[in-house]
Amino acid sequence: MNAIIEVRDVSKSYGGVAANTGISLSVDEGGITGLIGPNGSGKTTLFNSIVGYHPIDSGSIKFESKEISKLPVQAIARRGLLRTFQQTRIYGKMNCVQNMLISLPHRKMSFFDAFSRHGQQDYERTDGLLDFVGLYEKRFLRAGSLSFGQQKLLEFAMALMNEPTALLLDEPTAGINPTLINGLIDRLKRANTEFGITLFVIEHNMRVIMNLAEKIYCLAHGQLLAEGTPEQIQNDQRVIDAYLGVH
Amino acid sequence: MNKRNLILYIAILTATVIAPFLFPDFRTQLATLWLMIIVALTWDMTGGQMGYNSLGNIFFYGTGMYVAAVIAIGLVYDVGAYTDAAGGQIFIFTEAQYFSGLFLGVIGAGLFCSVTAVVIGYLTFGLRGPYFAIGTLGVAIAAGELVSNWDWVGGGQGIALPVYPGDFDIGKLLFYYLFAGVGVVLFIFLKWLYSTRFGEAINAIRDDEEKAEAMGLHTLRYKLTTWAMAAFFVGMVGAISAFQLIHFEPLETAYQTINLGIFMVVCVLLGGKGTLWGPVVGAILFHVFKEVTWNYLLGWQWVALGALIVVTVVYFQDGIMGWLMHRRPEWFGIRVEEKDTAGA
Amino acid sequence: MEQILGNISLLFEFPVVNIKIILDGIMIGALFALAAYGLALVWGVMNVKNLAQGDFVIAGGYLAWWLANQGMPALLGVPVAFIIMWGIGWVVYKLVISRVIERDLFTSLLATFGLAIMIAQILNLLFGSDTQSIQLQYDTLYFLGGFVDIPIAKLIGVLLAAVLAAGVIIFMKTSRMGQAIRATAQDARAARVLGINTEKVYAFTFSLNSAICGAAGAIIVMVWVIQPFYGITYSIRAFVIVTAAGLGNLPGVIAAGLGIGTAELYGAHIFGIGYQQAVAVVLLLMVLLYRLIQQRRVRQSLQ
Repeated sequence: MNAIIEVRDVSKSYGGVAANTGISLSVDEGGITGLIGPNGSGKTTLFNSIVGYHPIDSGSIKFESKEISKLPVQAIARRGLLRTFQQTRIYGKMNCVQNMLISLPHRKMSFFDAFSRHGQQDYERTDGLLDFVGLYEKRFLRAGSLSFGQQKLLEFAMALMNEPTALLLDEPTAGINPTLINGLIDRLKRANTEFGITLFVIEHNMRVIMNLAEKIYCLAHGQLLAEGTPEQIQNDQRVIDAYLGVH
Repeated sequence: MNKRNLILYIAILTATVIAPFLFPDFRTQLATLWLMIIVALTWDMTGGQMGYNSLGNIFFYGTGMYVAAVIAIGLVYDVGAYTDAAGGQIFIFTEAQYFSGLFLGVIGAGLFCSVTAVVIGYLTFGLRGPYFAIGTLGVAIAAGELVSNWDWVGGGQGIALPVYPGDFDIGKLLFYYLFAGVGVVLFIFLKWLYSTRFGEAINAIRDDEEKAEAMGLHTLRYKLTTWAMAAFFVGMVGAISAFQLIHFEPLETAYQTINLGIFMVVCVLLGGKGTLWGPVVGAILFHVFKEVTWNYLLGWQWVALGALIVVTVVYFQDGIMGWLMHRRPEWFGIRVEEKDTAGA
Repeated sequence: MEQILGNISLLFEFPVVNIKIILDGIMIGALFALAAYGLALVWGVMNVKNLAQGDFVIAGGYLAWWLANQGMPALLGVPVAFIIMWGIGWVVYKLVISRVIERDLFTSLLATFGLAIMIAQILNLLFGSDTQSIQLQYDTLYFLGGFVDIPIAKLIGVLLAAVLAAGVIIFMKTSRMGQAIRATAQDARAARVLGINTEKVYAFTFSLNSAICGAAGAIIVMVWVIQPFYGITYSIRAFVIVTAAGLGNLPGVIAAGLGIGTAELYGAHIFGIGYQQAVAVVLLLMVLLYRLIQQRRVRQSLQ
């Protein structure tokens, strides 16, 4: 399989504290890849580096074989590489439908398209995706008034609305009612198979990530500790030590 | 548009047209009312709809005044000689020169302010929240101070435009209709703009700019366009004001940071930020309050005004529309809807 | 233009002119730094950006001026202005500031802007719009062949400013309240959990800021002139200094204060006295722009 995201020797430090050191990994096109590691191991920093949130100190990041480490966030997003936030971010004062509509892909939009209104198919897609995540009934409520879990689902639906090639999810199940997690795993898998979106997922819940990912990378202390299939990771002594030893 | 709204709009438009004839003694006040509505609506474009609270929009008002003056005078005479008090030359404008100066001055002021907004916006839109407010305030104050030292446009003494060549009352009427015309056009323009994807985009920037960037919005482009559009209208009304006032000076009239510059913000807060009608309602209330109470306060007007700002900001920040939205959410389309299984 | 070039070449022909400008700049800069320190305190502790900062300064100045006209010794005006402005600051805190702390930042900015307009207008109604100052009967010292003159009054002013600053710093370092203020500035929630009454800390901080400003104003009226509407430029200077130095950076605040004082006088010398206000504001824009470029380099915005 082709690698859609290639990270080579990426290092990033904040004021002397090394958050990532020499990390290399690749995300396969069309697959679901997991990223795990104890708290503070540099997972979110790596995500931020990939989507261009901050400049990296050294190394290279390629998306669809093109270097993106010098690009700003918006430009990377318009290439079809999107992320969701650990602390869910939605547009609080707008209702769910507006949240969805504004998430339509902007890479296809010229400046003058902004001065048009949405067509019927945009509304249908919105309704369809809101239905997909189970928020159809709440679509005219202000997004800010939804519960945390619902906001998380809305953010996921907004990401799908954007038709990304690859989607980076930062702890998609954190804060979600445990009874809904199975439904969410199912939806993530369907997003992968039905919409063909490559997923790269940070997750703390081991049951979720073992169930979801085909390949898993494990970070510890800002460095790549292990990689492999869920079975390999589960039986890797270094990973077990990292999780137990640090705490 | 349903029938009730249509009747409402026609009624408002009719009232706009006949108001100066119903209240012939208040033509100037009515014109000023439209000025307040316009600056409030344009402030809300960035402040309410896009979340960028500027304290320096008055910069475009003052700049519009000066650009109009320079155009109107420069078409006929040398501006430096015109403003030179010691020159002793007499300057006469024919009717044709006056009206071509008015027309080109107003349009030119709008365009110039748009371009300036793009330049200043490019530099200041990296500033967020309070830094943006202080930065824009700084631009307005700096402009006033620099212009008052610039002798070519009259320095601190200001500059005088030609007087309206015809009948004085007709002149008042003309300025009323100019302000009202710009106001109506602006309102219709905004009603349309907020219904497009552009309106959604600037609302998204207001709610969470970082998220909007992460979703690939051209945030800077939207911000610059919005500010340029707002500046266009403010520059135009600044130019109209310049012709209406005839004489103006930089610090108290043109770059009047603490008068009109802050009034527009108060109008919007009073009426309700981020709504189309809020700024209009707020501007009317504020202007009426100001005109009615002004003369009874015996010199304490400005203190009362400062107090009004503080009270509005501290105790009534959501404004009238915000209060309505809280009390009657269903009027604003906020509701839970059951899934229509038969239709789908 | 020739005028400007002439003024610049004057600086090179007569280097003593520079010394005079720098000394004067340091003297007023010290007073700017005081107001800026108060702003940084309030900004850091309760995240309120006070646009009425300069008007507190001017109000303190008028208090001292009025008392001196009533026959009180001028130097006594400084502690009296400190105490009275403390009370006024406390009232302002209770009525306005306490209600905007939890709101978004623009609210505090706008509310204090409203306050600034109110204070300036009240001073204008009470004392008129003329510029005022207290003439102290002290000699003037001359140096370097009479080119550099230092009125003793100004020296006393700087000395008082230094004493005030030192007093505040020692208070912040050693007293229980000072520790509580610093703890609240770092993390208000944690401070609450540890039993610090943050409401009290806020009220105290704001009153202290107001008192510092008042005392600074009382010094300014002795060494310079005040006018009811000069407040906004002092506020802007305070913002320039804090933006340039950053919060909680006391040496930075002092350095930036002295720097802006000197830069302003150089600007006034080169472009003419009419530009002094403009120079203060343009410096603000330049500092903002500089910080912005710094932030752009790490793809962040200035917030």
